[in-house]
Amino acid sequence: MKFFNFHLMPYAQADLDAIAQHGAAWVTFSNSHYDPEKGAELYHDYLDQMEFADQLGFDGVCLNEHHQTAYGLMPIPAVIAGALSRSVKRAKIAVLGRALPLSNNPLVVAEEYAMLDNITRGRLIAGFVRGIGAEYHACGVNPAHSHERFHEAHDLIVRAWTEPGPFAHAGKHYQFRYVNPWPRPYQTPHPPIWIPSQGSASTIRWAAERRYTYCQTLSPIAAVARFFQLYREEADKAGYQATADQLAWSNTIYVGETDRKALREAKPHLEALVNSFLKMPTEMLLPPGYTDTASMKRVRAVKVTGKKQSIEELIASGVVIVGGPETVRQKLAEYQDLAGFNTSLTKTQFGTLPNEMARANMTAIAEEILPALRERAPWRAPQQAAE
Amino acid sequence: MAADELTAAVTVRDCRIRLMRGGAGEPLLYLHGASGASWLPFLQTLTKRFDVIAPEHPGFGESDTPDWLDNIHDLAYFYLDLIEQLKLKNVHLVGNSLGGWIAAEIAVRSTKHLASLTLAGSAGLHVPGVAQIDSFMVSDEQRLHHFFHDPKKAKEMVARVLDSAMEDIALKNRATVAKLSWQPRSHDPHLAKWLHRIDVPTLLLWGDTDRIFPKEHALAYQRSIPNAELVIVPDCGHVPQIEQPDAFVAAFESFVDGRRPARKTA
Repeated sequence: MKFFNFHLMPYAQADLDAIAQHGAAWVTFSNSHYDPEKGAELYHDYLDQMEFADQLGFDGVCLNEHHQTAYGLMPIPAVIAGALSRSVKRAKIAVLGRALPLSNNPLVVAEEYAMLDNITRGRLIAGFVRGIGAEYHACGVNPAHSHERFHEAHDLIVRAWTEPGPFAHAGKHYQFRYVNPWPRPYQTPHPPIWIPSQGSASTIRWAAERRYTYCQTLSPIAAVARFFQLYREEADKAGYQATADQLAWSNTIYVGETDRKALREAKPHLEALVNSFLKMPTEMLLPPGYTDTASMKRVRAVKVTGKKQSIEELIASGVVIVGGPETVRQKLAEYQDLAGFNTSLTKTQFGTLPNEMARANMTAIAEEILPALRERAPWRAPQQAAE
Repeated sequence: MAADELTAAVTVRDCRIRLMRGGAGEPLLYLHGASGASWLPFLQTLTKRFDVIAPEHPGFGESDTPDWLDNIHDLAYFYLDLIEQLKLKNVHLVGNSLGGWIAAEIAVRSTKHLASLTLAGSAGLHVPGVAQIDSFMVSDEQRLHHFFHDPKKAKEMVARVLDSAMEDIALKNRATVAKLSWQPRSHDPHLAKWLHRIDVPTLLLWGDTDRIFPKEHALAYQRSIPNAELVIVPDCGHVPQIEQPDAFVAAFESFVDGRRPARKTA
């Protein structure tokens, strides 16, 4: 199994009472709550953590992209990726943003990723996402055009990376007389493309057809297993067998001395993540037209961001793994077999978790978990996995 | 009141829509707002005097969602086609909210077959410095409550629009509303440049306490549309045809009766 240190870079100093009172940490939660002194400190702590992950032997570091929120301070992930591209010496750098529909110029994404790929000499992983619903409020992009813009931007970026320029592009949402980005990517034909999603069937099919690595975000492990099974089925339909390397599970892991101590230590910080930073009303999360009617009804019925969740519930449903080293090793192996993934995208810092605790957690994961699971693959043979 | 409208499907080019029609007299084309089409009591009242035609827009309810539907201009051209296809002449064009915006976009393009234009609580313009409810940043129920001056009157509309059996239609309608009005939010920055082209008698009928498109929007329309008449309905919010149907019908009929000859025929 490969381990990536995944960071949201939350504004951990946020006033949780103010978020609770406002009802959301996104879009309409005033940036007057942001203190630049504290924020600057956090940026440096977080960048240090990413460099530490590289030194500890994590296979990669993961960044992401969210706008106008205390949930994550990475609206422009390339700034962080650029800051890390020389100090992270060995690990891959995965940018699990670029919310393509939000950009009015997808060629900027092609340029940005190609620069990072060159500077890191081919250690970039290029993520493409649509962005969550709140982003459409924040960025003034029509959610009803989200899918169209995603597909047009994706096709254009890949073409810009692989077809000698200049050529012209005249699409519905983007038009360029000259497409000829310099530099070209370092990797051939282009950096690996990873697709994070909340589990949309159409996204899973689309990613499987293109053999892109699929990353499942914030879900109970049983749901993760179903989505990964769907990916394998779609790969079969596309005429090939998916490998476990094409599947990445995005999780949170906290390792303490014992199960009880781990739970006690992680509890306030993890609950701050799900109950404060992630909090937003349905109309913010799901603007009309963002997804098809069936998915809309499913998510509205669950009211994902409305319910308070305890760490005990998150552990029981397998959204997170928290415990002593042996518990964490066992659960991760069990979940790997259940869902059939070979990459763990792990938040080692989450919510309000302070720097020292995050670093201790990273060290524990590197020393107690990585060595035991690094060479481990899901037990299932590929043909069984495809059943 | 017995509704005696007939509902039929009409196909304009390749787009099939639901169309309700009742009464006799001069044609009155009513363009509904974001909450969807229904045969409202004020339409029934108007059938005594008018041939009331109430289509359900493409992208709403039982009507098709055609591939070509991307923005408000597409609907303006669609309705110009529909007016031609139904061979309507001297049409009283009436629209509320999103429907009013469509009506204004139609009228700047062509008033050839229009007798008059009535905009009620209409979208379409941006008025700097005027606070508006962001109807995309409130819950469905809150949104409908914001429509009314008297929140008690929101009940019927909440029950009708948010009926759980109608969830698919409500979601379809909202997706189309987003497509048409998310960005720029409920207005076309280029519309005001061309409102001077409207050369038919125009009535601006606004609720005094409209929080969605406050009456400053009516004043902005009045500044740009030559000789537009303005009627502010007291104790009334965003949907005068629903909240104050009698006042709506009275103001509309008095406007129709008193209208001066259209400038283009002068």
